[in-house]
Amino acid sequence: MNISHQNSSTNQEEHFDSIVIGAGMSGLAAAIRLAMAGQSVTVLEQHSIAGGLNSYYRRGKRKLDVGLHAMTNFMEQGQKGKPLGKILKQLRLRYGQLKLSPQKSSLIHFPNQKLCFSNQIEKLQADIAQTFPDQKENFEQLLEFVDHFNETDLNHQFIPASQHLSQIITDPLLLNMLMTPLLLYGSANQDEMDLAQFVIMFKSIYLEGFMRPEGGVRTIIQLLLDRLDSLGVKIRYRTKVQAILKSEEHVTGVLLQSEDVILANKIYSSIGSLESEQLADLPLRSRPGALSFVETIFHFEQRPSDSGADQTIIFYNDRPKFQYHCPATLFDPSSAVVCFPNNFEQDDGPEGVIRITFIANYQLWSKLSKNDYLNAKEQVKMAALATIKQVAPNFSATPIFTDTFTPMTIERYTGHIGGAVYGSPDKWRDGTTELAGLFLTGTDQGFLGIVGSLLSGISIANLHGISRD
Amino acid sequence: MSSVNSEIVGSEANKVRQVVVDILTEVAPDEDISCLKNEVALRDQMDLDSMDFLDIVMELKKRHSIVVPQEDYPRLESLNSCVEYLSPKFLN
Repeated sequence: MNISHQNSSTNQEEHFDSIVIGAGMSGLAAAIRLAMAGQSVTVLEQHSIAGGLNSYYRRGKRKLDVGLHAMTNFMEQGQKGKPLGKILKQLRLRYGQLKLSPQKSSLIHFPNQKLCFSNQIEKLQADIAQTFPDQKENFEQLLEFVDHFNETDLNHQFIPASQHLSQIITDPLLLNMLMTPLLLYGSANQDEMDLAQFVIMFKSIYLEGFMRPEGGVRTIIQLLLDRLDSLGVKIRYRTKVQAILKSEEHVTGVLLQSEDVILANKIYSSIGSLESEQLADLPLRSRPGALSFVETIFHFEQRPSDSGADQTIIFYNDRPKFQYHCPATLFDPSSAVVCFPNNFEQDDGPEGVIRITFIANYQLWSKLSKNDYLNAKEQVKMAALATIKQVAPNFSATPIFTDTFTPMTIERYTGHIGGAVYGSPDKWRDGTTELAGLFLTGTDQGFLGIVGSLLSGISIANLHGISRD
Repeated sequence: MSSVNSEIVGSEANKVRQVVVDILTEVAPDEDISCLKNEVALRDQMDLDSMDFLDIVMELKKRHSIVVPQEDYPRLESLNSCVEYLSPKFLN
């Protein structure tokens, strides 16, 4: 990339030790760690709000969350060796600041079978013993397998989980049911999942469990922003990177869309591997992700639990086998994640809320005319209401507010190519790229979810940014 | 004479111990530091992993300009070993 003399003389050229691209969870966490180590850091965010894939917005008086329906990796205060405890310490946050509320219980809802789970694994164990009596011991074996697996090894290679696990869980239906929430909450691979990712997700969802901070995702983002502020790090919003600059084989900085140049020795990119490779003009080694989603958020005057709908999250599937791949239609209403944000132990929401997510086809959405796009959103909404009828038959309230977002919305606000929420199926665990000084953090480094992304930012900053001598 | 000497050494040791305790308070704000045993490994009394030891080292450098090379991390195992290892560095 050549910078003309005119540009470099008229525009500012600042220099930092590190640039972080993207103010999502991983970018914010990485920036905090680097600044804690005494580095000069700046964070570049294309959007006007921080959070990335897990963010928030406002419509009138209503505050809405987008991204994950719940945080995973619940722990009680003082529990040792848990991922949440690790990130809190590394970011110097206190457990109490998150004001966490655990889930009540969640459901895997298949046509003829249901499995209930909570933050106590005994509940799922008991449910499996009852519904799949011949798999009771196999599930105990699976728990043991998960317990002994070193899933955080950054040098790990892809192993297909279902193939490996079918030797432990011999009933394909049970294995499919157990994998459904894990695939929906964090697999960038269609109908398959990396074994290490399976273990990470199994622990974070079934062994630790769901939780929600009081006030939703805003609470976490605000804590991270306050931390950065106290460390003197500035986030530049509405700042889009045009190119990652390099000389020979090392990064030198970034060229912004404003034509300003910011120089740095190291760049931590949280925007995705393919997205980063494009900006740095590198050979494209990462495949684009194929999994995107549509989501409808309904607000009601009544609370779903008043009509007996007291689950926190329902993983709904009405086919004999759950299909986790890009559908041939705009979206696939045969499976859904249905979230009831009021149904955590503490309900701080002023209204009843249901969020319904379907797997969607980005390509088809991207070809719609304005009018067809609006009609398609209406179809999503109708399908979502039909799903509510299925999972909460006694809840008949009429929504007082509805909003639907599509793969196009995701792409616009997060910059993920193809609206691929879980990024590329290729993950780069050690965060390195083909370009020295350019590191990946976040979704395509491979730790997903809110706690996962934070851990990703911390691990990559520690590994590549903080000197040990 | 020797008792005076050991007292000086003791108060110096206490100062170094306090330095480590202050850092632990910052690195692990949710933990109760008040009843740490000097001779027991910190890892066995607190929720600390290698990333947290990196932070302890980072704080020593930031607050007291003391550099602990990676091969010496095991010497920060307990409060006693910290005092033994760090005391000479404070005197320099």
